[in-house]
Amino acid sequence: MEIKREPISDFRVRQLRARDLLRGDLEGEDLERYVEERVLTTTVDKAVAWAQGNSIYPLTFGLACCAIEMMSIVGSRLDIARFGFEAFRGSPRQADLIILSGRVSIKMAPIIRRIWDQMLEPKWAISMGACCSSTGVFNNYALVPADKFMPVEVHVPGCPPRPEALAHGILKLRDKVQGRPQGKWRDRYEARGTEEIVPYNPSDDATGVNVFGSGDTAGA
Amino acid sequence: MASTDYRKREESITISSEPSGEGETHELLTLNIGPHHPATHGVLRLLATLEGEIVRDIKPIIGYVHTGIEKTAEDKAYWKAIPVMERMDYLAYYFNAMAFCGAVETLLGAEVPPRAQYLRVIHLELNRIMSHLVWLGTSALDIGAMSMFWYCFRERETILDLFEYSSGQRMHTRYIQVGGVFADIPRGFEAKLRRFIAEMPGRADQYADLLEKNQIVVQRLRGTGVVDHQTLLELGVTGPLLRAAGNPWDLRKAHPYSSYDHFDFKIPIGTVGDNYDRFRVRHAELYESVKIIEQALDGLPEGPYITTDRKVALPPRHELATSMEALIHHFKLVTEGFRVPPGECYYPIEGPRGEYGCFVRADGSAKPARVHMRDPSFVNLQALAPMVRDGYIADLIATLAMLDPILGGIDR
Repeated sequence: MEIKREPISDFRVRQLRARDLLRGDLEGEDLERYVEERVLTTTVDKAVAWAQGNSIYPLTFGLACCAIEMMSIVGSRLDIARFGFEAFRGSPRQADLIILSGRVSIKMAPIIRRIWDQMLEPKWAISMGACCSSTGVFNNYALVPADKFMPVEVHVPGCPPRPEALAHGILKLRDKVQGRPQGKWRDRYEARGTEEIVPYNPSDDATGVNVFGSGDTAGA
Repeated sequence: MASTDYRKREESITISSEPSGEGETHELLTLNIGPHHPATHGVLRLLATLEGEIVRDIKPIIGYVHTGIEKTAEDKAYWKAIPVMERMDYLAYYFNAMAFCGAVETLLGAEVPPRAQYLRVIHLELNRIMSHLVWLGTSALDIGAMSMFWYCFRERETILDLFEYSSGQRMHTRYIQVGGVFADIPRGFEAKLRRFIAEMPGRADQYADLLEKNQIVVQRLRGTGVVDHQTLLELGVTGPLLRAAGNPWDLRKAHPYSSYDHFDFKIPIGTVGDNYDRFRVRHAELYESVKIIEQALDGLPEGPYITTDRKVALPPRHELATSMEALIHHFKLVTEGFRVPPGECYYPIEGPRGEYGCFVRADGSAKPARVHMRDPSFVNLQALAPMVRDGYIADLIATLAMLDPILGGIDR
């Protein structure tokens, strides 16, 4: 009686070849082919961007209604931890992403700008909800849209946006981060020259210039 | 540029790490907390004067989410002002809308059908549970109980699903409107709601098991932030804070509105007035709200869900095709809105944080001449200083959490 044997599966073949490699039995062409098949080559930039996009730490920063919906993306239904965004950080120094969740009043805008300046590069901003994108239903003397005083990467519409909408915005941001690596925000927005404090360079005669004039932040 | 009075006051607030005087044992230190701080429940800024670890004085600075809602409401027709009114206290949107609509209805003399009143009660109490759940989750987070957040937000999502089912929005639903509610509850809502109220008491039991038997929570809450009810009354504090101090003041019993007198429920009160009592009172209110919803659902009367007065409420869609009069009413309401006879009205209701009272002054036009909301968070925040004075700074965080301020309501 003939013994029927299963044909050796691809998986098994690869397994055996991996064993050969570890034993040091593969040499010459075999070894080269093995390496070509298995090693994924990429640039360091891309690898870093891939890692950055999947582990963005948002800032624990709530402004108004949207903050409640922002909290619920951490909740068990949406569970943003699936995408690596769940580690909310209280200090701007440890955060990569500021989610402007709610309405920005004129009194709050300079504080948000200061928090944004305190965050370390690379950093991103999401404007969540109608209020801080366009002042929304209010559109009155008290509010200021976020674009007026800081660069915003993604605008999430809604009043307030559903948690799913915010998650969608976060994933859009992830695509952006992974698609355009190593961009600091001034590079991304071609905003060099808008630094409030320009580092002193002894070789230059020109000293630092505050483009807005001292104390005047109109149009900043 | 001439410095305004406001700007002068703003600049007079100094923050420095220099000691600002001598205390009894240590030198005094001024510490700034906020406006961006995870434990301030929004953008509240606190200037604390510390002597060592003891808080000697505290000064809350507000206005960081001032939105000008009251002014905006003056510029909108009555029924178009409801959405902006809802965004004041963003965890109690049904209550904001209820207070505003109640005031306008009183001025109009409009009759609210019984079914609408019961539907309002159902949604108000669901909102109360939702607000308390957010409070419980975030407060527990402040004192270190991380997992409570996930449990509370799980139930909150269930409630928001119900809101979405009845009105189409999760937050700021604009469900309550002048003369009744926006729409009747859809088919299947009752079954979903019954499932929720059947499981909610069990969930609340689980919260109690998690927190009350936790030695850390009990030690941080018991005996901290004690203020007697007389002081609280002098400061105008209402809601669970006042009830925790032993004063059973609840507008649902004291001054029933929207047929709250039809329901059998109890007012939980505390004995000591410490943070633990505040936690227990709010926790007990979860059960009472479930009881009210159950009764309202059982006794839900048949009939219209909004007043049939065509001068106030939009005519039903099918009438527009057959009735010229309905078309005219529809046109007038959508373009101009209804006019309200001149007068003033203050309409208080009991919300999750205390007395929400809406003052509306009408001048006979289709827009309110003045709208003001007496927001409980704003008034309750005054009680923060007597609560935290001469306590540890760690207790300040717990007290602030149990105070449950909503900055959107404070600054408006």
